[in-house]
Amino acid sequence: MPTITYVEPGGAQHTLTLPLGATLMEGAVQNDVKGILAECGGSCMCATCHVYIDEEFLDLLPDIEEEEAEMLEGTTAERRPNSRLGCQVRVSNKLDGLIVRIPDRQ
Amino acid sequence: MTGQVVIVGSGHAGFQAAASLREEGFAGGITLVSADDGLPSQKPPLSKGFLQGKQTEESLLFRVPAWYETNAVTLRLGVRVVQIDPLGSQLKTETGDAIPYTHLILATGAANRPLPCPGADDVLYLRNLADARRIGARLEQARRVAIVGGGFIGLELAAVAAENRKTVTVVEAGSRLMERVLPPVLSGVFRRVHEQQGVQIRLNTVAQCIEKQNESYSIQLSDGQTVAADLVLAGIGVIPETNLAQAAGLVCDNGIVVNEYGQTSVSNIYAVGDCANQYNPFARRRLRLESVQNAVDQAKTAAKHLMGEAHPYRVVPWFWTHQYHLKLQMAGISAGYDQFSVAGNPETDTFSVYYYADGQLIAVDSLNRPGDHLKARKLLEAGSCLPAHSER
Ligand SMILES: Cc1cc2nc3c(=O)[nH]c(=O)nc-3n(C[C@H](O)[C@H](O)[C@H](O)COP(=O)(O)OP(=O)(O)OC[C@H]3O[C@@H](n4cnc5c(N)ncnc54)[C@H](O)[C@@H]3O)c2cc1C
Ligand code: FES
Repeated sequence: MPTITYVEPGGAQHTLTLPLGATLMEGAVQNDVKGILAECGGSCMCATCHVYIDEEFLDLLPDIEEEEAEMLEGTTAERRPNSRLGCQVRVSNKLDGLIVRIPDRQ
Repeated sequence: MTGQVVIVGSGHAGFQAAASLREEGFAGGITLVSADDGLPSQKPPLSKGFLQGKQTEESLLFRVPAWYETNAVTLRLGVRVVQIDPLGSQLKTETGDAIPYTHLILATGAANRPLPCPGADDVLYLRNLADARRIGARLEQARRVAIVGGGFIGLELAAVAAENRKTVTVVEAGSRLMERVLPPVLSGVFRRVHEQQGVQIRLNTVAQCIEKQNESYSIQLSDGQTVAADLVLAGIGVIPETNLAQAAGLVCDNGIVVNEYGQTSVSNIYAVGDCANQYNPFARRRLRLESVQNAVDQAKTAAKHLMGEAHPYRVVPWFWTHQYHLKLQMAGISAGYDQFSVAGNPETDTFSVYYYADGQLIAVDSLNRPGDHLKARKLLEAGSCLPAHSER
């Protein structure tokens, strides 16, 4: 099972082992990592699960689909090239060691 | 602050109340009592991803099991509360236990309205995980599925069944789908797409009685037609769970009446979520909302108030539904609009409807236009002093 490190807006780090297939959003919210709201519970409807992905891993992530792209346009914190919606990225073995930074606003 | 907060109900509102109290630094005891027996989990996917087999039960959990221990939230699951004693500040459970509190938060939600026709005993309804498991199992066996009620839940169920190649019929009393909340242009799109997927839509008619023959059902409709089915589901609205509150003498009127902080007519008892009736500045009146947003934000407001921070409830209401490729996001409350405009392309199922009352923007429904929805929430949040046809 892959290990993911979340960095909260305040700098606190949480390294968690997540089940394959869980989303980055679920991993954070279910384990009480602060800073992700996930108001829609992962339906790609709210854009409050915005995260910044460690550059090294960007290419290993699934492509950004159109609806995610449009939601990313509306994030509260600045959209960057490494922005993703946490609920649209599923954890796989390739992502073992990934570092995910959480913006200060959602 | 210390004391004993007891929360009744472990849905979106009850869970959030517990989580927010700890986040706000509440140091006393928290007990979450619920008739539901599983760990607190999300509802919206039950009629969508969960029944489609895309989301597992684990993925629905609000928190991992260890969270409750770490945060000293005592769970009393599978326990029904049968009485509130406001003078003695305690609850009584079905099994006769007394649970004392200093503050009580009622998050009892709502129950499905039963189909009022003879022969409806076998009809299934969807409200919680146990219901969803049951419907999922029956759906696998069924070939023909009849759904009474063309509202959000009925139509989400219809979409799941149609995608599973069932023969699906939807029976709706109104003259169009989701009539209570959507304008004709949106009802029309949903009807067209459901029909393209093979769903039979019967409007302006109600189920008068259901006859069982062997393992199948025949539903007699008021327009003289009949629908044959192996499985009958109904989603014809809900009734707020106010029995406990009413029996305890709390003021109720289409829900438990609360002030802008979530307090009921008894000041150490709060009510939040589907069961609560509160003034909503975005609707410009009192109402009861049935949405995750409302459950979560009312719970946050009540938790803050309990901790001594009084912020009146003021959050833009929003809601969504997902059927086939149709993702509809609704911001604000459109009821009472006197003017509307459409932006985007209705032909490709990508457009937004902007609603105005007295020249002010009051709500926006976005179909497959998530960017519009996010902007709309910000516009509505910024204050409803926008003239009609303002910035899009
Ligand atoms: C299938 C389905 C799909 C939905 N889809 C969406 C959607 O897409 N978007 C959206 O925003 N909203 C959706 N909703 C609505 C949303 O889920 C509700 O608004 C929300 O769950 C309300 O939360 P609540 O905590 O107020 O009530 P509930 O979630 O209903 O929780 C009520 C709780 O109270 C408990 N309870 C009641 N009485 C007692 C008692 N006497 N003793 C002990 N426990 C008691 C119940 O067991 C339950 O745990 C959907 C609802 C359903 C059922
Ligand atoms: S959780 Fe709502 S968009 Fe990801």
